[in-house]
Amino acid sequence: MNLTLKIWRQKDAQSKGSMQTYSISGVEGDMSFLEMLDVLNTQLIEKGEEPVVFDHDCREGICGSCSLMINGEPHGPDRLVTTCQLHMRKFNDGDTIVIEPFRAKAFPVIKDLMVDRSAFDRIQHAGGYISVNTSGNTIDANAIPVEKADADASFMAAACIGCGACVAACKNASAMLFTSAKVSQFALLPQGKVEATRRVLNMVEQMDKEGFGNCTNTGACEVECPKGISLENIARMNREYLAASVKG
Amino acid sequence: MGILSSSIARKVAMALSGLFLVVFLTQHCVINLTSVLDPDTFNSWSHFMGTNGLVQFALQPVLIFGVVFHFVMGFALELKNRSARAHKYAMYKGSANASWASRNMIISGIVVLAFLGLHFYDFWVPEIVHKYIETHPEDPTRYYAETVHKFESPIRVGLYVLAFALLAVHLWHGFSSSFQSVGFNNKYSKALKGFTKAFAIVIPLLFAVIALYHHFNQIPH
Amino acid sequence: MSVLKSNAPAGPLADKWTKHKNDIDLVNPANKRNIDVIVVGTGLAGGSAAATLAELGYNVKTFCYQDSPRRAHSIAAQGGINAAKNYQGDGDSTYRLFYDTIKGGDYRSREANVYRLAEVSSNIIDQCVAQGVPFAREYGGLLDNRSFGGVLVSRTFYAKGQTGQQLLLGAYSAMNRQINRGKIKAFNRHEMLDLVIVDGKARGIIARNLVTGELERHSAHAVVIASGGYGNVFYLSTNAMGSNVTASWKIHRRGAYFANPCFTQIHPTCIPVSGDHQSKLTLMSESLRNDGRIWVPAKKEDAEAIRAGKLKPTELKEEDRDYYLERRYPSFGNLVPRDVASRAAKERCDAGFGVNKTGEAVYLDFAAAIERYGKEQAAIQGNQNPTKEEWLALGEKVIETKYGNLFQMYEKIVDENPYKTPMMIYPAVHYTMGGIWVDYNLQTTIPGCYAAGEANFSDHGANRLGASALMQGLADGYFVLPYTIGDYLADDIRTGPISTETPEFEEAENNVRTTLEKLVNNNGTKSVDYFHKRLGKIMWNEVGMSRNAEGLKKAMADIKALREEFWKEVRVPGEMDSMNPELEKAMRVADFLELGELFAKDALDRNESCGGHFREEYQTEEGEALRDDENYMYVAAWEYKGEPADAVLHKESLDYDNIEVKTRSYK
Repeated sequence: MNLTLKIWRQKDAQSKGSMQTYSISGVEGDMSFLEMLDVLNTQLIEKGEEPVVFDHDCREGICGSCSLMINGEPHGPDRLVTTCQLHMRKFNDGDTIVIEPFRAKAFPVIKDLMVDRSAFDRIQHAGGYISVNTSGNTIDANAIPVEKADADASFMAAACIGCGACVAACKNASAMLFTSAKVSQFALLPQGKVEATRRVLNMVEQMDKEGFGNCTNTGACEVECPKGISLENIARMNREYLAASVKG
Repeated sequence: MGILSSSIARKVAMALSGLFLVVFLTQHCVINLTSVLDPDTFNSWSHFMGTNGLVQFALQPVLIFGVVFHFVMGFALELKNRSARAHKYAMYKGSANASWASRNMIISGIVVLAFLGLHFYDFWVPEIVHKYIETHPEDPTRYYAETVHKFESPIRVGLYVLAFALLAVHLWHGFSSSFQSVGFNNKYSKALKGFTKAFAIVIPLLFAVIALYHHFNQIPH
Repeated sequence: MSVLKSNAPAGPLADKWTKHKNDIDLVNPANKRNIDVIVVGTGLAGGSAAATLAELGYNVKTFCYQDSPRRAHSIAAQGGINAAKNYQGDGDSTYRLFYDTIKGGDYRSREANVYRLAEVSSNIIDQCVAQGVPFAREYGGLLDNRSFGGVLVSRTFYAKGQTGQQLLLGAYSAMNRQINRGKIKAFNRHEMLDLVIVDGKARGIIARNLVTGELERHSAHAVVIASGGYGNVFYLSTNAMGSNVTASWKIHRRGAYFANPCFTQIHPTCIPVSGDHQSKLTLMSESLRNDGRIWVPAKKEDAEAIRAGKLKPTELKEEDRDYYLERRYPSFGNLVPRDVASRAAKERCDAGFGVNKTGEAVYLDFAAAIERYGKEQAAIQGNQNPTKEEWLALGEKVIETKYGNLFQMYEKIVDENPYKTPMMIYPAVHYTMGGIWVDYNLQTTIPGCYAAGEANFSDHGANRLGASALMQGLADGYFVLPYTIGDYLADDIRTGPISTETPEFEEAENNVRTTLEKLVNNNGTKSVDYFHKRLGKIMWNEVGMSRNAEGLKKAMADIKALREEFWKEVRVPGEMDSMNPELEKAMRVADFLELGELFAKDALDRNESCGGHFREEYQTEEGEALRDDENYMYVAAWEYKGEPADAVLHKESLDYDNIEVKTRSYK
């Protein structure tokens, strides 16, 4: 199929960027979206132009590197996939595709479609852990039984890949879904309850410092999340936060 | 903003003030309903609300504070949220992942706020003037006729109905959302959500029906 | 040629590690504060090592090319992690895990290391649970296990098909705690491009800041390389796009020996290649072989009809199917080790029984499992005679709970519903057992330079068993390296801070700068990928699942020629002093173009078949691998001498005192 691509190009963080139009032919349905961009980049390199820069790594939907706002939706129109697993069969011959970086004040553009998501890391530095030494001299793993439902819910929250689609989709650029998934993952387990108060207060404080917007419960994050992280996590974090605030 | 410095605290404050306003809305609707069902009850309840000291000097200021807080906070959040994405998308498909109601609370909110201005001008201001500036003798039966006459103008009724429609939109997202904000999430959540959605339709609809009813059932001057 | 010493302590096997820990020097906490350690790579090995070193009190600097340590490719591991917990009471023990790993590795790994690995495996699970890793659990609240290829017990702990992700997030959370304390400084989007050696000791690295393009000097008292494997030398592999050999190759060029480069794991269950545009391959977890049955049509004409799209696999009768693993290996069946399963798939496809358009795919069929589970569930619900619809629905649900995310991934990529029609799979490059040679302390042949995880050659011999890579990465990082490194650093307590303003740093930085300049100013005509793809083709065709002397010689010559062409013809657009992913790729491919040749040389040198290394000249009549223990029971460690073809071989002989060396059989 033949496609027209409108892609955000920006030399570096300081430069002003703009949308550029490219046409591309010979795209096959079995290609992933990123493989389609590979084809474009090969063409650009052969013409002596700079290829389009975008984040990507594992290309199997788990590392959370790839991003891209595709036709106004993070990771494109398909559900429960990352851009690397979005296949071109979801598009039609002759389509125009608009490709932009994830946009948020807390995610400044580095180059073209690549953004800096280190704000997410800093939120996790603030409390995304259980304070246990890595000596291995802990109690036996089976000494702490965990209800299967809790273990499963914790896993579901921990499945977050930190791609930032929630922020990109949210009209307020809020990071509540991400932060709440990280808080929930620990809050649901007995091991994590011990320092739950400190964790939620610190992580939310850091989240606010990074300049993300406020959550207004539109639910866009949940719909666009490639891993199906549930809004329940946000409710849980709100609850945890209120309890922690009261407890101080 | 002190206690409201955290995003979650602001969100909870928004939810609680909203829930408070929902309670007010419910009682307002019930009183209004009596104007259709039984004018005498309407008169006596209105008289009570208008003259009871607790209502006038305790609940009324709280209500006004609640309204002002809710909209000031709403505006402040909107500004903050807009600045969280300084550079807008060239293409943003909000409709793909969230309802119009949830994305446009500021619009439905402004319409409801504008309506509140009109509503105050229509009822609250004359009432204050009537009671505290011009001193009239107490008349516990005046309310019904005064109310019905307000709905004489088709333009006013039209504006009211439009505002109620936007109120429904505002409640459609806001009411259920407030429970999410305060962290209510358990096996009753689904039922609760159903209730809030029904409420969001029924209450504004009743307000509209009452307004239209009086418009079409004018009593002679 | 010299003989390499493993430095494994003497004494009975089971006591070696404990004894060693008691014997090695310790650094007191006050002195640790004055010692810096660099860790390159933040996957399971690097992340856990960094966290533990920082927790012990060292000042740690971590480097990764990704934008966050959490994105290292360990995140993509699916199936699980082994540990000799014996929670299932099925006869597992430290010795049995040790035995299975040695046997699985076809008797080409070091006994003392493997025993230590098995010994600390239980600690890993305790540690991870304490950190909040959400492993799968039973209704009783205790941990669940599943079985993996090549073993007869259930010792694999898992978190759905995302075990690597959960373990890495665990290690990353331990890192976060130390970052928050200021004990780890994380240099993300940084790539190590050279090792700095001062007075014979590793004392720092040159790293390129990938955002600004700046070259940075970082000094330390020791350097740990945990940058993973080199499977991307094949271009197409299950590795991440950025996975590379650069850090390992740079230390190799500085004097670290590279061991057994030809020992590469070709994983049997990957989604087949769909076309020339393909940039990477996707693994379908080995855990699927617990329930999936592998087959091809028994008749060639059926296979041809399927390839032509005239016949559907579901239409083929049971007797017309060849469940070739169950036929050839009745005792292990579909759960034979990976090298065996891969070769068997290749054998069937080469014989003309392959089932996709290219003829390079076999079926992985869940129909039998769906029926079995469906009927079982129906019986549990009191329905003794379920209809087909009923048991299908119930069975599919069970399969969904177990492998839902993998099935979804398959459907997104292939556009076929694997619940209704069998999956198509084919072997693909997945893991490299070979790597930097290390002694028992995980120290390379450069003093002060260590290698951990997939980057070292250590524990898996010629073939790695499923769910053992995660175990090794975490064992090295949490429990081994942080202690053994103390033995070396104990001599460094009076060294003080190491200056980066020395001729050695100068020389290394200039060395890197020259290479970068050469690439950006090359003005060739071909993209980096063009060369990488051609290298991959040579590797896959001549140095892939089966190898022969003639092909290997050809591969060596072809790779050398390709390397020369690369330096003449490659075009790298953009500048070196700004973000430039093409330049990053070019640097990595330049190293692959050297490694590839050494890889082929090693394969040519090893005149036997063992594990993942299959030489056509050395096979039994039934087509099984034929080892030569007499002449090749050693680790081949190569010393860099300029051209890869000139590398010098050093042998570490392998002695098995606690295990009887036998022909590996899974029949």
